[in-house]
Amino acid sequence: MKKRDDIPPDYREVKRHGVFPEVAHDEAARFNFLANLNRHVAGVLGAGNKAAYETRVLPAFVKAEGRAPKDRFEIRHAMNRDPYHRFWSAMKRNSMEMRQQAGRAMVLRQLDDLGVKAAALNMGQDTLELHPEVAVPRYQAAVDIHCMPGSYYTEAAPGDVLAGANYDCGIFATTGGALGGLTDGGGQALVKWISEARPGWVPGRVLDIGCTIGHNVVPLALAFPETEFWAIDTAAPSLRYAHARARSLGATNIRFVQMNAEDLSRFPDGHFDWVQTTMFLHELSGKALPRIIAEGARVLAPGGLMLHLEQPAYTEKMPLFEQFMRDWDAFNNNEPFWSAMHSLDIPAIMDAAGLPKDHQFSIRVAAEVDPDIFPAAASGSEEDYGRAAAWDAYGVWKPQGDALKALREAAE
Amino acid sequence: MSIDPLILAGARARGKRPAFLELPESDRLLSMLMALASDVAVMRERLDTVERLLDTKGVVTRADIEGFKPDRNAAYERGLLHRELVARLMRGVQQDMEALVEAEQSLEDISLELRDS
Repeated sequence: MKKRDDIPPDYREVKRHGVFPEVAHDEAARFNFLANLNRHVAGVLGAGNKAAYETRVLPAFVKAEGRAPKDRFEIRHAMNRDPYHRFWSAMKRNSMEMRQQAGRAMVLRQLDDLGVKAAALNMGQDTLELHPEVAVPRYQAAVDIHCMPGSYYTEAAPGDVLAGANYDCGIFATTGGALGGLTDGGGQALVKWISEARPGWVPGRVLDIGCTIGHNVVPLALAFPETEFWAIDTAAPSLRYAHARARSLGATNIRFVQMNAEDLSRFPDGHFDWVQTTMFLHELSGKALPRIIAEGARVLAPGGLMLHLEQPAYTEKMPLFEQFMRDWDAFNNNEPFWSAMHSLDIPAIMDAAGLPKDHQFSIRVAAEVDPDIFPAAASGSEEDYGRAAAWDAYGVWKPQGDALKALREAAE
Repeated sequence: MSIDPLILAGARARGKRPAFLELPESDRLLSMLMALASDVAVMRERLDTVERLLDTKGVVTRADIEGFKPDRNAAYERGLLHRELVARLMRGVQQDMEALVEAEQSLEDISLELRDS
């Protein structure tokens, strides 16, 4: 019989680096179960949501209101009364919570050992800068994002790497392995994209904002060994882990700094040739996002690249039901800015930051993974909305020279 | 600070949990059921590991396992294992059934009765 193509690879295919937790037999089995559970709940049972909507929720709504729902919020309120959707959501929420518990249990039992390993890799390196005075922003502190207890920033013991290690080890379960052995399918995709978009270009300095464990910046740092990388985040436990992880993977050209990107005053104008975020903008707030883009635009050199990887925006072309499905994480998986962020006009925000629309572009990138081991990203009705290993990127090349001068003159 | 990994692993994430099902108890029961399913799956994978290792090392082949036929005594003991598991699972239903044929006062009534008698 033909093999099914929706069975995630074994957890033991996840590549180990110097601070990756040791994985016991049953821990791997637990993640295998969760990866399969997620594929089944999203890929097979997820379709029941649309069926419930079309066969009973929408007809009941139309009967009661005399019209179709006008936005994704109305659909959500109606669907939240439907028993199928409720049960599906309950299972999906549980799978998230189980993934957190599984990852934390695995990390906690070896927390001291991981701390020692991280310290050995971090010790004496000036490429890890922690600044405890950096406050946890409200948009990080309001709830624990992704239902990660303690989020990215809480320590169980002083100086530990719990948050980073737990985040790293469980992504396999959430994505069914779709991000590859090092969870770096996004970063690998950027390496491939830039090598095709600007063959031969070597940026001098790159800024990665909201780097968490550095999984998407390491592939770039390895691809551009002469480039100076700066990876910033507000969460110390994630940075500690990120730095040790990068070192153990041979990326020594990244400086990990605890810093809030709303204030990049440490850097002069035009300091970087490439400023990027990957799957980060949706974890901000309505005011922080444009501030960060404006600061990013300021520190970007003329001719430089700004790039933001995100899940697709809710445009008028996207059916309302799909918007509703994509919004699930916002209300059920502690991603409270997700919904608002995906309806923002990011191109307009970049334009307002001095990165004009006619220099902007958008691309669709899919995770670059070893296809012999890791499954291709599901799309269409099987897609695990919000978690698919494919993204839309908002990009812009900052005008330089004459173009910049002309813009300034036009502005005056 | 002392760390209890057991409790910390299952700690709550900040942020109010939505009520998914009609009754809060149903949400909790589903959590338990899914945890149980997870551990059954883990046990099944572990058993598979054992079978494969026994097989590769030539101790016991998977064909031995597939072709295994218990003798009558073993068959009874295994049947009993299943029956005991079923009985544990069905405890609640069994007790509901027993309650159907036995008219009972509420504990509250009995407590009032005992107070006053």
